[in-house]
Amino acid sequence: MLEREILLEKMKTSPYKPMHGKIIHAEMLTEKEKFFRIQLEGTINLSAQPGQFVMVSIFGYGEAPISVCSSPSDKGYFELTVRNAGILTNKLQRLGKGDMVGIRGPFGNGFPIDNMFGYDVMIVAGGLGIVPLRSLIRYIMFHRNDFGNVQILLGCKTPKELLFEEETKDWMRRAEIKFNCTVDKGDPDWKGNVGLITTLIPNVDINPMRTYGVVVGPPIMYKFVIVKLLEKKIPEHQIIVSLERRMKCGLGKCGHCQIEGAYVCQSGPVFNYAQLKNFKGECHEKAA
Amino acid sequence: MKYASLKKADLFEWLEHLKKKAKLYAPRKKENLFVLRPVKNVEDVCLEYIPTILPPKKYYFPQKEKLFKFSAQPFKTGKAIDKFEEFVLFGVHTCDIAGIQCMDVAFRDGPEDPNYLNRKDKMAIVGIECLKYCDKYANCTSMGNHVPRGGYDLMMVDIGDKFIIHINSEKGEKLVTDLGYIKEAAQADMDLLDRAREAKKKVFKEEFTGPLSKVYDVFDKSFASDIWKDVGKRCVACGNCTAVCPTCYCFDVADEMELNLDDGVRYRIWNSCQMDDFAKVAGGEDFRKGRDSRQRHRYYRKFKYPVDRFNRYFCTGCGRCTRTCMAQINLVETVNSLLNEKGIVE
Repeated sequence: MLEREILLEKMKTSPYKPMHGKIIHAEMLTEKEKFFRIQLEGTINLSAQPGQFVMVSIFGYGEAPISVCSSPSDKGYFELTVRNAGILTNKLQRLGKGDMVGIRGPFGNGFPIDNMFGYDVMIVAGGLGIVPLRSLIRYIMFHRNDFGNVQILLGCKTPKELLFEEETKDWMRRAEIKFNCTVDKGDPDWKGNVGLITTLIPNVDINPMRTYGVVVGPPIMYKFVIVKLLEKKIPEHQIIVSLERRMKCGLGKCGHCQIEGAYVCQSGPVFNYAQLKNFKGECHEKAA
Repeated sequence: MKYASLKKADLFEWLEHLKKKAKLYAPRKKENLFVLRPVKNVEDVCLEYIPTILPPKKYYFPQKEKLFKFSAQPFKTGKAIDKFEEFVLFGVHTCDIAGIQCMDVAFRDGPEDPNYLNRKDKMAIVGIECLKYCDKYANCTSMGNHVPRGGYDLMMVDIGDKFIIHINSEKGEKLVTDLGYIKEAAQADMDLLDRAREAKKKVFKEEFTGPLSKVYDVFDKSFASDIWKDVGKRCVACGNCTAVCPTCYCFDVADEMELNLDDGVRYRIWNSCQMDDFAKVAGGEDFRKGRDSRQRHRYYRKFKYPVDRFNRYFCTGCGRCTRTCMAQINLVETVNSLLNEKGIVE
């Protein structure tokens, strides 16, 4: 009857009840994206692995899944960067230092950092994709010696939409990582590349067998980038993506995030291309 | 005691007894259909019925269920685990018991869902075995749910002027012991039970044109089939099929505020994968666009995905989705046309 006792224990706590999180810092990064630093009750660590997400609650407005953009090496708090896009994120945008939010999680599988140790890492970020990838980049920076060559390719629509300006400048200055940035449409002050992110990939110099390609961006971006990475001969298991889906519970129950038989909130949001390839038609990010 | 017997004349007395012991829910007539309702007068209980409009899931997975109370200002969250009263579901068909087993599997799969588990813990199931088809829509034989396959506390079988009651759990035994009118079944009664089961074999015939394993294979290969386009063309996306399905458990989580706009309740509410915003994200991308792909998803969630995940078909064969469909989308027809399309069944 041990099984029954374990079950009875599980019946006593609800995974739907959020922890209390206090916003200790907030700032607008661009016109639409706001950055939040959040401290949980008792200053406990969220202990999210890079790539995991939390469900953020504002009572009366609901709950939404948001990627954590800080690394587990940031102790005592965690960070989110949120675009004003829906009912909850619109309200979130109006919150500031001292305001409270509900936090559930962390949920899902993050980037496979344990398998990535010792490998080169090529990070491809499109638009908001840099937000979850920032957790990985910060993690790699903190454990820099555990990884081989690291290069970051960042793309967004216009220079105005570039997130984490100060941090990206710092990445550019550092010698131990390569950083490349492109915008779809430049402005008079922009001195960098202009063009889609896929144009950057053919020129990068990698040793495909020992490289992990990590891709996060808008749904439309994946299939084009994945094709380029496959052309570069990166093995399917080493092409890593993180997928966005609608989520309501984070527990693999509510059904919203399902891609065919897989619950993204539990089996994802991070998948490798070998897994993606098996989807029959509901995974829009899969290369054709 | 493994099998007991109850004279039909004593049924109402037993129901009165059960009503005193716990909250009692049983089928009763509602216009030309049937519903499960709390029993007020035992005379209203109807044991000869076609599947109720809603399956019993409304009692262990309510349409709208409180998750916890909160206050926005000051920021507070209330207790999230509730105590529930004991209840008995009476006269449940074997298809719906299979539905309960499916829900058990889904909600006990980690991370476990305590709301479901806590309700389920207080529930006792008294089933009744069907000896004839409810109507032309059921496909319980193909799903193997026309006969009891566990998952109940007591199972009644009509053998003429008596019910044979199979006692399947301690909880069930407590509902039949120390009652003068419920006796251990005699050998003659058991013979009648065997005869009823034998007669049943002549009535219930497989509804699909192929065995279940072939159905699984055909789903594996039919993702791009034109049959889904045809189903999608007819579907009006009303979501009735998912609401009445005993194994559909998708939900939405939403907040409801009191008039003071500070206190409120977070609840979960049934949702349907047939709704067009079900898989749409804030950025605007809809990951399951079109009624054809949403209908296909519903079928795959019965015949393919849960088999891969839990080794269990999530269609119970109750026929509710077909019975309720305004566009006459028929589950048996759809599955059979898939089977025939591939030419797997000779």
